[in-house]
Amino acid sequence: MTTRQQVLVLYLGTSTLDSDVVGWARYDGTGGTRPTTGDSDEPPYKTGVAALEDGWRLFQAAQLVPPYPGAEHETSFLKHEFFFERLVEV
Amino acid sequence: MPTTRQLLNSAQVARFVAHGFLRLDAVVPPEMNAEALGVFDTGLPSVPYGSEVAKAFPEGSFARRLVELPAVAGALESLVGPDPTVDHHFVHTREPHQGSAQPLHADALIDLRTDAFDVQLMYYPQEATADMGGTLIVPGSHLRRTNESDTGRYQNLLGQTRLTCPAGTVALLHHGIWHGGRRNDSDTVRHMYKIRFNPTVPQVRLWDTADLDDPAVSEELRRVFPWYEPATGRLEIHNRVRLWRSLTGDPGFDIDHWATRISNRPATRRSTV
Repeated sequence: MTTRQQVLVLYLGTSTLDSDVVGWARYDGTGGTRPTTGDSDEPPYKTGVAALEDGWRLFQAAQLVPPYPGAEHETSFLKHEFFFERLVEV
Repeated sequence: MPTTRQLLNSAQVARFVAHGFLRLDAVVPPEMNAEALGVFDTGLPSVPYGSEVAKAFPEGSFARRLVELPAVAGALESLVGPDPTVDHHFVHTREPHQGSAQPLHADALIDLRTDAFDVQLMYYPQEATADMGGTLIVPGSHLRRTNESDTGRYQNLLGQTRLTCPAGTVALLHHGIWHGGRRNDSDTVRHMYKIRFNPTVPQVRLWDTADLDDPAVSEELRRVFPWYEPATGRLEIHNRVRLWRSLTGDPGFDIDHWATRISNRPATRRSTV
């Protein structure tokens, strides 16, 4: 038996962990699944907290970074990115 | 260009400004769709960057007939104007059961232009079913300032479009739209022919503007998409207002006072009197 990491990335509507999921990505260290771009239309969880309730452990959250001066109205990457992990015995 | 002009109306152009793309379903006739597969197998001649359409695509060639279909020509003229140049063209092929999808990306380089945009034509000669890996398009992503595949981390965004379409469909995309070829899980080879057009005239009121004041224009421009964070969604509408002002030559245009409110500076007006 050995341990492998599964990673879930959730993009939320605001900086709060209980806001709605607007984007998601998955990576599977067990090799059991091969998630990829555009493979699902329904998010795995409604909110970030729902992922916690299902056993995912939060290990990184996006910082709140002030807009760059002069570029306050520009849009770019999604802001509210949360990384979760689950350790799986294989 | 054909004699029958089928220009877009203002609501359609506003929809393009909000979504970043426009679909023209089944506008290419079946006989051309059948011909396309052979043309793609043979291979298309390369085109020097920035060629005039007439030089890039000789009279009678498949590509020339494609871009001169009235619905296609009218939409192109409405967005990039008459006589755009051909940036480049390419046939994208997704093999059956191809193992991976493209990462989400915008083509070319991060593009800072606010008064011009390129249009990418995507032509699908076959019906694209859900398992054929039709292009993934993220509506409303075209005004985001990101560089090429730096967005690859985003596998799925709420409200994304996994393109399925009838044969002969043409999509016209703003150059900045986030997109990617999806994994082809079917037994069928899928082709998509892409041509990028560069405008050669100012992109101002190039379409049929008879409905410019129709409420449908504002309705299109204030649309929000499910993947937007609510706060950033407001900025998207603000940025569409800037683009619509440029496209219409109307510096006073606004949606729900978003741009007017934050540019109101009475002290500046007083100092210039």
